[in-house]
Amino acid sequence: MAREQRLTEVFVELADTLVEEFDVVDFLQVLTERCVELIDTDAAGLMLDDQRGNLQVVAYTDESARLLELFELQKAEGPCLDCFATGQVIANVDLADARARWPVFTEAALGLGFTYSHALPLRLRRKVIGALNLFSLERKALTDDHVAVAQGLADIATIGLLHERALRDQVLLAEQLQTALHSRIVIEQAKGVLSARAGISVSEAFSRMRTHARRTGEQLTSVAEAVAAGRLHPGNLQPTPDAR
Amino acid sequence: MDAGDGRWVGVASKRAAEILRAAWGESSDVDGLPGRLAAACVRSLPVTGVGMALMTDEGPAGIIAATDGAALVLEELQFTLGEGPCVDASGTGRPVLQPDLARTAPLRWPAFAEGALEAGIRAVFAFPLRVGAIRIGVLDLYRDEAGTLSPDALTEALSFADAATLVLLHAQAGSPATETFHELDERAEVHQATGVISVQAEVGMAEALVLLRARAFAEDRPVGDVAREVLSGAVDFGKAEDSG
Repeated sequence: MAREQRLTEVFVELADTLVEEFDVVDFLQVLTERCVELIDTDAAGLMLDDQRGNLQVVAYTDESARLLELFELQKAEGPCLDCFATGQVIANVDLADARARWPVFTEAALGLGFTYSHALPLRLRRKVIGALNLFSLERKALTDDHVAVAQGLADIATIGLLHERALRDQVLLAEQLQTALHSRIVIEQAKGVLSARAGISVSEAFSRMRTHARRTGEQLTSVAEAVAAGRLHPGNLQPTPDAR
Repeated sequence: MDAGDGRWVGVASKRAAEILRAAWGESSDVDGLPGRLAAACVRSLPVTGVGMALMTDEGPAGIIAATDGAALVLEELQFTLGEGPCVDASGTGRPVLQPDLARTAPLRWPAFAEGALEAGIRAVFAFPLRVGAIRIGVLDLYRDEAGTLSPDALTEALSFADAATLVLLHAQAGSPATETFHELDERAEVHQATGVISVQAEVGMAEALVLLRARAFAEDRPVGDVAREVLSGAVDFGKAEDSG
């Protein structure tokens, strides 16, 4: 079956990444993209505890400003926040019935054409360090199998964040989370710099940096830092084949 | 001067905003802001002392604040020796949390360990002051007894780091103090716009962020709104234009 084949391939891809030197934000980004593909949803975002008591977006599958806004406003209300607070899976929320529960969030999500939303916790033993948020356009509930795969991917995200030895240690967890958040900001800044220099969209800018990282074996964050510092010029970054 | 509650959007920045407002409220002496921030930090956290140092791209650039003799020693050690948790934090951009210096420091930073332990420093928590690729400085908390920071204390320390980042960012740029207190906004578009502005105005990233914030403040608008206009091309910070 084609999907089983794809599941296997993604499993191998993620596992292979985890045993090498890898860039955490890049890894989380890939993970959200695979999520959308494997679970038959249309958009995904990954939010992490910033340790100031709030969730911050560190990976998302679409550059649309309105989708970003949808994640941003979940700092105050929404399935992600509930999931983060309780550590419980929130699956198959029919947005048509969700207004009472999350008025602002539901309005924004419906406005984007979404019909269902789901949130899965990033759990580390008894702690919840973030949440994986999924959205569907089609009015089709996720099967138990899909939800299990989604939780598996969320667990892999947690492992990716905390892959270092002795990460029972609260100290290293704090350092890792803060570093992931900082890295995401560098990537966003670099997207701006590259888009302005090369006259391309921020989405294309991200693709080019990621392609360059893959090609050279450098970490995505290092590439982004080089772009932001002006050490890496657009000329060194190839356009991606099906650029939008 | 009214920092204005209405300007403070974003749940994440509430505590940092409170901290800034309190420090500003104590006195209108702008130069004394970092010192007042450091003093407030000691009062607010279970730490013995606090130091703050400025960083430029070339490296450590000066001690900005030190609440007591040992804090001053902590800062001076990093400058004279070029090693230690504070140096690592500002160099790598990762927080370095060392709850038990006597146990971990002698192996990792032998010269620093000697000086620090002699000064009575038993724990150090060093937070890089940065906005992604913008590296401004480091905030160093120390304890005269070994012990970790509780999750709540860590949250508070991070809020102080956020506040200190803004203060130093604007101090370095020589902005009017009022611009420092314009809202914090951490969304992706703000960081992307920072990158775009740095290219358009041909300035470094730190200056670009200050320009963005100054424009938002001058027009009494949320930073996110101006950022979106930069990204859509509606606003251009290029030198050919009057960038106000």
